[in-house]
Amino acid sequence: MAGSTLATGRRTLARLLAALLSLALAACASPPPLRGTGNLGVVIERASGSVQIVDNSHAQSLARVQGLGDLSHASVVFSPDARYAYVFGRDGAISKLDLLSARLVKRVEQASNSIGGAISSDGRVIAAQNYSPGGVKLFDADTLALLASVPASAGANGQPSRVVGLADLPGKRFAYALFDADEIDVLDASTPTAPKIQRFQHIGKQPYDGLASGDGRYFIAGLYGEDGLALLDSWHADAGVRRILAGYGRGRQALPVYKMPHLRGWSIAGDYAFLPAIGQHEVLVADNRSWAQVATVPVLGQPVFVMAEPGGRRVWVNFAFPDNDKVQVIDVPTRQVIKTLQPGRAILHMEFTARGDAVWLSSRDDNKLLVIDTASFEVRRTLPALEPSGIFFSSRASRMGM
Amino acid sequence: MDSGPVRCRLWLLAWLAASLCQQAAAAAPAEARAAALLQLLHNDCGACHGLSLKGGLGSPLTPQALAGKPADSLVATILNGRPGTPMPPWRPFLSEEEAQWLVQLLQQGGAR
Repeated sequence: MAGSTLATGRRTLARLLAALLSLALAACASPPPLRGTGNLGVVIERASGSVQIVDNSHAQSLARVQGLGDLSHASVVFSPDARYAYVFGRDGAISKLDLLSARLVKRVEQASNSIGGAISSDGRVIAAQNYSPGGVKLFDADTLALLASVPASAGANGQPSRVVGLADLPGKRFAYALFDADEIDVLDASTPTAPKIQRFQHIGKQPYDGLASGDGRYFIAGLYGEDGLALLDSWHADAGVRRILAGYGRGRQALPVYKMPHLRGWSIAGDYAFLPAIGQHEVLVADNRSWAQVATVPVLGQPVFVMAEPGGRRVWVNFAFPDNDKVQVIDVPTRQVIKTLQPGRAILHMEFTARGDAVWLSSRDDNKLLVIDTASFEVRRTLPALEPSGIFFSSRASRMGM
Repeated sequence: MDSGPVRCRLWLLAWLAASLCQQAAAAAPAEARAAALLQLLHNDCGACHGLSLKGGLGSPLTPQALAGKPADSLVATILNGRPGTPMPPWRPFLSEEEAQWLVQLLQQGGAR
């Protein structure tokens, strides 16, 4: 009796295992459900060298990918099909992520200290901007093989300058600025193994970041060393670089800047550009054709990101330490702050969904992401994240200067 | 055999040595404050100098980079900033003793 029960038990177990195995095999054999990538995004977890892949339609995290190195400062660009994300880490590494399989497919260490990068208008070339050694390197977007290395002009100390503000322009060109050499360069990567460089010198003191307008016509470098910004109209490059918003501080004592502002093409809302002042607690408003200053909007601290909603109706601002727990919203027609939020500690970044229904914020010191409804300012959801910083949605894939 | 005076002299020596050490080394802040200062160092100083302090727009703050630099001038740089560069004054956020403690930590490579 006992023996036969045991035998029956064994047979049942064997059948159960076989059934489980075939289920598991079936699961392996069947392809994952089809999906697009247009609503995906990458969230940098700065201290742990990991990223989360998120779905911004359903406000959920899909996966965590580890092993991306030093992401204490990081930025991301996307392949034209929005399937791959290129993550530029502080340690000079470029990591290519497959958003669909949530896997690291390629990683190269290309410099010792880097700050970001861009992808060419045709999606074939990745450009990395480096602090050390100062310069720009071009890579094949498929294989990440090195195509060219362009050392930056030397700064006062004789070393190649640190490169800031790298942005893509139409026609496989990139523009960037040189912090130590007061220069803006335009690099033509039509022949990516032999790029052509056009240099604009004496553009202003200490350019700290740059942006290309959404149509790729203008490149603007913010200046740390003086009140004003440097503007290149790439349709009339021969006219050179000119100063805009000069003397915005108007002789007032500059306030200390505990974190450098970040510039990108998101600054332009309708007919106006909204730009962070340096050393003044103000957002500067310029007409985006004449580039004359039309207003200043007083805000509560040193602005870091000044980002227009995709529709251009409102502009969201976050701040440097010690005001980095607050976010202000500016109404564009009246140029007034209409809302001050206090969503969490150390709000490092903001990213709008493609058409601006929601904005995602990262709160580094509360280890969370907040998804905020832009119509009501209500928090729709919070998601856990490890010291999150940058949030990058794949809708950037089809935007110039992003 | 009375060892009292010897023991007493040893204690005195130890006390003297300890007080000398204390003069050379910055007093360590209380544990919670020390943690807050380290967070400030890595996150907020790190915004320019890098989370791992290897430099960025700000210069590197590794022991090698700071070797041979007088601690007093580093403390002054932290508290007062460096005019003509983006280095801002941090005096509103930390005391002189705390800046001394951070400089000592950075120079000895203990800023983890």
